[in-house]
Amino acid sequence: MSETVHADAQHAHHPALQHHFDSLEQQAEASTLGMWVFLATEIMFFGGLFLTYSIYRMWYPLAFHEGSHHLDITLGAVNTGVLICSSLTMAMAVHAAQVGSRRGQIRFLILTILLGGVFLGIKAVEYAEKFRDHLIPGHHFQWHGEANPRNVEIFYTLYFTMTGLHALHMIVGIGVMLVILWMAYRNRFSPQYYSPVEVSGLYWHFVDIIWIFLFPLLYLIGRHG
Amino acid sequence: MAAHVVPPRVYFLIFGSLMVLTALTVGVAFIDLKVMNTVVALTIAVVKATLVVLFFMHVKYSTRLTWVVAASGIVWLAIMFSITFADYLSRGWVNAAQ
Amino acid sequence: MEPVAVAASRNYITAEEGVLSWLLTRDHKRIALLYLFSITFFFIVGGLLALGIRLELLTPAGDLVQADTYNRLFTTHGVIMIFFFLIPSIPAVLGNFLVPIMIGAKDLAFPRINLLSWYVYIVGAAVTVTAVLIGGVDTGWTFYPPYSTVSSQSNVMTAAMGVFITGFSSILTGFNFIVTVHRMRAPGMTWFRLPLFIWSIYATSLVMVLGTPVIAITLMMVFVDRAFGFGFFDPSRGGDPVLFQHLFWFYSHPAVYIMVLPGMAVMSELIAAFSRKNIFGYTFVAFSSLAIAILGFLVWGHHLFVSSQSVYAGMIFSMLSFFVAIPSAVKVFNWTATLYKGSISWDAPMLYAMGFIGLFTIGGLTGLFVASLAVDVHVHDTYFVVAHFHYIMVGGATFAYLGGLHYWFPKIFGKMYPESWARFAALVTFVGFNLTFFPQFIVGYMGMPRRYYAYVDEFQVWNVLSTAGATILGVGYLIPMVYFVWAFKYGKDAGPNPWGAKGLEWTIPSPPPTSNFEETPVVTEGAYAYTEGRLEVV
Repeated sequence: MSETVHADAQHAHHPALQHHFDSLEQQAEASTLGMWVFLATEIMFFGGLFLTYSIYRMWYPLAFHEGSHHLDITLGAVNTGVLICSSLTMAMAVHAAQVGSRRGQIRFLILTILLGGVFLGIKAVEYAEKFRDHLIPGHHFQWHGEANPRNVEIFYTLYFTMTGLHALHMIVGIGVMLVILWMAYRNRFSPQYYSPVEVSGLYWHFVDIIWIFLFPLLYLIGRHG
Repeated sequence: MAAHVVPPRVYFLIFGSLMVLTALTVGVAFIDLKVMNTVVALTIAVVKATLVVLFFMHVKYSTRLTWVVAASGIVWLAIMFSITFADYLSRGWVNAAQ
Repeated sequence: MEPVAVAASRNYITAEEGVLSWLLTRDHKRIALLYLFSITFFFIVGGLLALGIRLELLTPAGDLVQADTYNRLFTTHGVIMIFFFLIPSIPAVLGNFLVPIMIGAKDLAFPRINLLSWYVYIVGAAVTVTAVLIGGVDTGWTFYPPYSTVSSQSNVMTAAMGVFITGFSSILTGFNFIVTVHRMRAPGMTWFRLPLFIWSIYATSLVMVLGTPVIAITLMMVFVDRAFGFGFFDPSRGGDPVLFQHLFWFYSHPAVYIMVLPGMAVMSELIAAFSRKNIFGYTFVAFSSLAIAILGFLVWGHHLFVSSQSVYAGMIFSMLSFFVAIPSAVKVFNWTATLYKGSISWDAPMLYAMGFIGLFTIGGLTGLFVASLAVDVHVHDTYFVVAHFHYIMVGGATFAYLGGLHYWFPKIFGKMYPESWARFAALVTFVGFNLTFFPQFIVGYMGMPRRYYAYVDEFQVWNVLSTAGATILGVGYLIPMVYFVWAFKYGKDAGPNPWGAKGLEWTIPSPPPTSNFEETPVVTEGAYAYTEGRLEVV
C-alpha cells in the first residue's frame, strides 16, 4: 500500500516535487499531458480563423490573389526562417536541460528569445507598411486593384487577425521564456527535473507550427503569373 | 525523468529539412500550377508541421496518450471544417436541381 | 506537512482560518466551495431575471417593460444561466470536490490552475455584470450578427469580452480533470473500476477543452468587427452572418452536453446508491458518455435549419441529431433497469433523480421533434424550443445538481440536512417546474414566438399558467437555500457514510481532511460492489 508513496525515496524531498504527486516522474508526465491538452485547445482556437479564411478564399479568389500578392514575400520568408531557427534553439535548450548543462540552457534560451524578438520586429515593420498603404481594414481602407475592395478588405482582416493573434502568442511565449531563462540562470533545472523547459518548448514549437501554415496561406497565393 | 534524450544532430537534420522545405514552397509558388499550387503548399506545410511535432516536440518518443491528444485536436478541426464545408459547397444545389 | 494522525475535529474547513486562506487556497475542496457560493449568487440573479420575463408575459400586451428592456432581460437571463450557472455548476462544484477523492488522489493534477480557473470565472463575471449594469445587451445570448456587430446600440463588446474570459475558466477546469483522471488514479483504480461519475465528468471535460476555444475565437471576431469596423460577418462587406452561426453553434451545441453530461454523472451515483445496486450495464453507460461527447460535436447545424444553410447539410445534421439521442436513451434505460429488484429508498436525492429521468426523457423526446427539418420550420424560434431546452437544462441538469448537492451535502459539510423539508422542496420544485414549462410546449406549438414581449390574446391562459408555475418553482428553489444554511450550523452531525453507499468518498471522514486520505487507498473492487441487503450505516 505504501509502495507508491515511498518508491522514489531520493525524490520524495526534491524541492520541486509538489505534495499531491507521488514522484517527479508522475509530475512531469502530468505537466506534459497538460500542455498537450492545452495545445489541442489552441488548435481549435486558431482553427476557427483558418475555417473563416478557407471559406472566404473560396468565395473571393481574385481578391485573395491580389491581396496576397501585395504582401512582402521576402519579409514573410525571412520570418519563417527566423522561427524555424528559434525552434532549433528551443529544442537545443531542452536538450541542454536534459543533460544538465546550465550554460547551454542559458545560451539557447537567449537565442530563442532574440529570434522571437527579430520575428516581432519584422512584423512591426510589415504592419507599419500596411498602415502607410491604407490597408488596415475599417474606415480608412483603400484598394486600387481589379478585385472588389470589400473582398480584399476581408483578406486583410484575416491577415491582421491571424498574424496579430499569432504575434500575441509570440509575445506571451517570449514572456514565458524570460521566466524559464531566469529559472535556468538560478540553476533550478537538472536531468531529474526540467519539465518547465520541456512544456514551454512545446508551446513555442506550436506557435511556430501556426506560422508554418500562415505563411503559405497568406503570402504565397497567386505569386505566379 | 526517463524521457528519451534526442541527439543534437537529429535536431540539426530536421532544421535543415525545414529550411529546404521552406525554400521549396517559396520557389513552387512562382510556378503556375493552377489548383495544385494550394495543394502543394499545404502538403509542404503539413510535412513541416509533422517534422516539428515528431522531433522537436518529441511525439515520436512520447506515450501513445500524447499522440492521441495531438491527433484529436487535428481530428476535431477536420470535423469542424468538413461539415461546415458540406454546407457551403452544397448551397446552390437545390436551385440547380430545379 | 500535515500531522500524521489527523485529529477528529481537523478537516478541510477548519484546517486554516481567515479569508486569505480561502482566497489563496490550493485545496480542491475549498475551491469547490468558492464556486458553490459564486454560482448560487448567479443562479439567484438569473432566476430573478426569469421572474421579470414571466411577469411581463402575464399579459398579452407589452405593459410592464419596454421592448428594448425586455430584450435585455432575456439576453441577460440566458447569458447568466448558461455561462455563469449551468456550465460551471456540477463540474466546478461537485466535480472539483469529488474527482480527486473518487479516484483516490490527494488533489487535482494542477491545484494552482484550479484556483486560477475560479479567478478567471470571477473576472469574466465581473466584466459581464459590468456590461449589464451599464445598460445591458439586447442581442439574445446568441449574439447573432450583423445585428450584434453593426446595428445593436447595446454593450455587446463588454459582454462578449466577459463571456470570452469566462470560457477560459471552463477550459482550465476541463483540462485539469483530464490530466487528473489519466495520471492520478490510485493503485488498482483501473478505468472500469471508476465511478460512472468520473466517466461522465471526463467526457464533459473533453467537450470543454475541444469546444470552448471555438466560441472564444468567434466572440473575438465579433469584438473586432464591432471595435475596429472589420467585416467578418457583415454582408454589406462581403461577410457571411451564417458563418458566425456555424462557428457559434459548433461550441454552443456541445455546450449543452457540457451542461447535461455532469447531470448524468450525478444520476449514476444517485441511482446506484439509492437502489443499493450496481448500475445495469456499467460499460454501456461509461461508453455512452464518450459517445454523447463525440456525437454532440456533429450536430450543430440543427440550429441553422432555417438560416439559409444548405438543405443537404440540414439533412445530414438532422440525421446525426437523431443518432445523438441514442446514447442518452441507453443511459435512461440502464438507470431504469438498475431500479429493478433494487432496494430503493426515497430520500430527497432519489426524488430529484426520478424527476430527472422523467423530465430529461420528455426534453430529449421533444428534441427529436425539433431535429426533424420539417417540424423545425414550424417550431423554430417558438416557445416549443424554449420548453424543450428548459426540460433538459432545468428538469435534467438542475434537478441532477440539486440531487447531487443533497447527496453529498453531508460529506461536504459534515452535517445532515432536514430530510422532510428536502422531500417537500423536491415535490414543490417538480410541480412548479412542470407547470412553468409544459404550457410552453403547447403555446409554442400554437405559434407563440420566443423573445417577444407581447403576444396575441389566445395565448394568455398558457402564459398565466406558466408564470404561476414559475412562482412555485421559485419557492421550491428557495426552501433548500434556507435549510442548507440552517443545517450547516444546526444540522445533525453526519458520519463518514450516512447513506451506506459504496465509493471512496464514503470511506473518509465528513468533512474530509485536507489531504483526503491518510494513506493512498488500494482499490480491489468495482465502483458499485453492493452485496445483498443494505450496508451498515456508519
